Amino acid sequence: MQLTVWTYEGPPHIGAMRIAASMRAVHCVLHAPQGDTYADLLFTMIERGERRPPVSYTTFKARDLGTDTAELLKTRVRETYERFKPDLLLVGEACTAELLQDQAGTLAASMGLPVPVVPLELSAFSRQENWGASETFYQIVRRILHQQVPAPGSTPRASVRERCAGRRPTANLLGPTALGFRCRDDVVEVTRLLDSIGVDVNLIAPLGASPADIARIPEADFNCCLYPEVALAACSWLERMFKLPTVKAIPIGVGATRDFLREIGALTGIAVDAALAAGASRLPWYSRSVDSTYLTGKRVYIFADATHAIAAARICAEELGFKVVGLGTYSRELAREVRAAAALYGTEALITDDYLEVETQVAGLHPELVLGTQMERHIAKRLGVPCAVIGAPHHVQDCPARYAPQMGFEGTNVIFDTWVHPLMMGLEEHLLTMFRGDFEFHDEAAPSHLHGPLPNPSPTGGGAPDSPPPVGEGPGERGPQWAPEAERELKKIPFFVRGKARRNTELFATERGIQMITVETLYDAKAHFGR
Amino acid sequence: MSGAVPASPGARGAALPQILRESGQCEVFCGLSSIVWLHRKMHDTFFLVVGSRTCAHLLQSAAGVMIFAEPRFATAILQERDLAGIADCHDELDLVVNRLLERRADIRTLFLVGSCPSEVIKLDLHKAAERLTSAQRGRVKVLAFSGSGLETTFTQGEDQCVAALLPELPRPQAGERNLLVLGTLADVVEDQFNRLFDALGIGPVQFLPGTDTQSFPPLGEGTSVLFAQPFFNETAGLLAARGAHLLSAPFPFGVEGTLAWLKAAARAWGLTDAQFEGTTAGPAERARGSLARYREVLAGRRMTFLPDSQLEIPLARFLHRECGVELLEVGTPYLDRRAMQPELDLLPPGLRLVEGQDVDRQLDRVAAERPDLTVCGLGLANPLEALGLRTKWSIELVFTPIHGFEQAADLAELFARPLLRRAALKV
Repeated sequence: MQLTVWTYEGPPHIGAMRIAASMRAVHCVLHAPQGDTYADLLFTMIERGERRPPVSYTTFKARDLGTDTAELLKTRVRETYERFKPDLLLVGEACTAELLQDQAGTLAASMGLPVPVVPLELSAFSRQENWGASETFYQIVRRILHQQVPAPGSTPRASVRERCAGRRPTANLLGPTALGFRCRDDVVEVTRLLDSIGVDVNLIAPLGASPADIARIPEADFNCCLYPEVALAACSWLERMFKLPTVKAIPIGVGATRDFLREIGALTGIAVDAALAAGASRLPWYSRSVDSTYLTGKRVYIFADATHAIAAARICAEELGFKVVGLGTYSRELAREVRAAAALYGTEALITDDYLEVETQVAGLHPELVLGTQMERHIAKRLGVPCAVIGAPHHVQDCPARYAPQMGFEGTNVIFDTWVHPLMMGLEEHLLTMFRGDFEFHDEAAPSHLHGPLPNPSPTGGGAPDSPPPVGEGPGERGPQWAPEAERELKKIPFFVRGKARRNTELFATERGIQMITVETLYDAKAHFGR
Repeated sequence: MSGAVPASPGARGAALPQILRESGQCEVFCGLSSIVWLHRKMHDTFFLVVGSRTCAHLLQSAAGVMIFAEPRFATAILQERDLAGIADCHDELDLVVNRLLERRADIRTLFLVGSCPSEVIKLDLHKAAERLTSAQRGRVKVLAFSGSGLETTFTQGEDQCVAALLPELPRPQAGERNLLVLGTLADVVEDQFNRLFDALGIGPVQFLPGTDTQSFPPLGEGTSVLFAQPFFNETAGLLAARGAHLLSAPFPFGVEGTLAWLKAAARAWGLTDAQFEGTTAGPAERARGSLARYREVLAGRRMTFLPDSQLEIPLARFLHRECGVELLEVGTPYLDRRAMQPELDLLPPGLRLVEGQDVDRQLDRVAAERPDLTVCGLGLANPLEALGLRTKWSIELVFTPIHGFEQAADLAELFARPLLRRAALKV
């Protein structure tokens, strides 16, 4: 048993639902008890979906267990087909149904429906949502394309360069889904980006694709695996079976977008230098402009799905001049990649799906900015640290009305704005220092752009914003004492750095066995940690 | 499996609402969702669901934005090794509970909440609760109840939870009498009712569940029970078995409902009509006055209720009789005759009352009839709005103070707001 307070990912059948909800002419039947229909609201509320997800449930109850739940499933499958007439039917089980061992998928597949029925084995008690999405997408692709797989010994597929001689190459954009972070806008941006170098999009899947579209996947010259959490399994299979190459660079951030273009250039023979030189991103100049100097060395903590976490770490370190103090993911399937990325920034990756573990680490590392999911937004709010959301699971407010991609050059502009705005504005920070004694610049006054007072760092205690956060402090742990004049001196330090000054001084004193912190200790510590 | 069959005619024959039973896909929450408000009400409790990742995911989705740093509920997620028998579920549960209680010294009562998977594998949580209670040596009381979707629909989770609390209630002294009000109410509403009961000379009055699980009201033959919520089927049986006197009344929604509800207690306490009216006339009149402006918005509007929280019948009665709403269809997850008879008596004859659900057929009817307002769950609201229909999220009705005189207008406003908003929007 695993004690869970909040979960980053839902169970695997939610992943299957995301694939069904992304596609056209696909319907999913879930063998699931009454109550599991709650999942519909994720689509209709978080993403403000205008249609119900194309999912029907058996919603069995205790009295059905005494009779025949398998018969109930067959009835629901038949009725669902009659009502919705999908081109492809997915049939899977939520956790409880898995325990009943009705073999829902196999049973439905044997019903002789006139459309492909894809049975899903979702391993509800060992796997999670993204795996479920990946598995579902892979099974759909396999089911539709297995007859097209070239026989062994047939003429090998020509190289991309040979295929594309005299015409624009075409690409599939694979991986975007419903409830994926900013997928809606990313596919628009990547389509534009590819067009700018003379590449056409053959199709996007699963988002907006029909089973007939899936059948056209091999017509493209290459795949772009935009979200490996969802599309890597399918891309690998297509590469093995159809020799359809996969572009692996994920265009989030200036450097990564350039890498993406270069990788496509190398594959297709297209000259991408002009596109690289055009530099459609404002991020490099904004980051070099003097106002951004205050961003230097800001300590940032990153936790999200692997794709967005890895991208964020590179942007922070190379494009915004932040210091990555922590990097982690809940995507166990891509733990290796995240570990490798963390090593680049001299930190060790946290691979966990335990929200409390993340919270402890954030509290211990004292970052100045947290980039994370909806969960980290709450951690950061509680600790009084600025935060921006960079990945799923996300909230209705992370599905903005405006165009706000994360990918491509426009994505970098969006990212600069969203990640930098929660931080103190450069000029404002200087003003606060100059007027720190002013009656309007007191501890409780938050920067004007944050609308209102600083959040109370903790409902369970912790009090003033400059006191150390309660998490990670064991009972009975006694730190050094503050002499009254040192305490007064500390109050003269601007409040937004006072917490750090207090912690550093206490750390400094503890390491040296100093019991009483004096003004001298305070300045010794400042000199020691000085930046 | 699907389809609607007319139920057997009731005692009053044609005068009763027409009751249809439907079976098919039910678009309702399971009883676990009750935890979302139960843990806010009972300050020293923790709710540990023993279930799957789906349970954990449901709880955080239903809780929506109500994310607390470390909430007083969590899920012990069953894993492959628990199911394969590699790990003993009871040993694992003990470990999880000990870890949990170490962190939370503020917890006095821990509820082990059964789920669909824990029921299917027949994990005996009552036995586990007894074992853990004795291991805690009086520090924490551990109780068990089921919130599984196999057994419970949405608000029935509260019924099961309160039923699990009943054995903790002491017996009253001989000759002692008390009024027990059942169902989670906002503190402000409890205070209002307390003042009214006080003025009527009815008492002592206690509310269950309350904020503190260290002291419970007495329950026995001298206890009269007034139900503030319509979903206490299981609890009602147990209360009667303890000798309590169950008062039958409409539920305290709107002026009429509140008056009738209070009157049931007044009668049990032997008050005269004059005494009753002397105390209630003022607040009732004030409530009627503030209700009037929403009646203007709501009168003549056609409304459909999809089944959700069991509040559908009492709220439909309120909207029809006090706000002039025309009821097209009232759905309810299940019909509890004992609880609902006083409400059914007040509903218009011939009303289409649907017990159970076949959501696709029900939505077909909504699409065909195009009500002015459809009361439904969160999963269905936006798709109906996209069809140009107005909706009211039913979940708000279990989170918002809506009981009693002072909230009568607030309750009407919840239904009027989507209509006023539609009128205001020029886009």
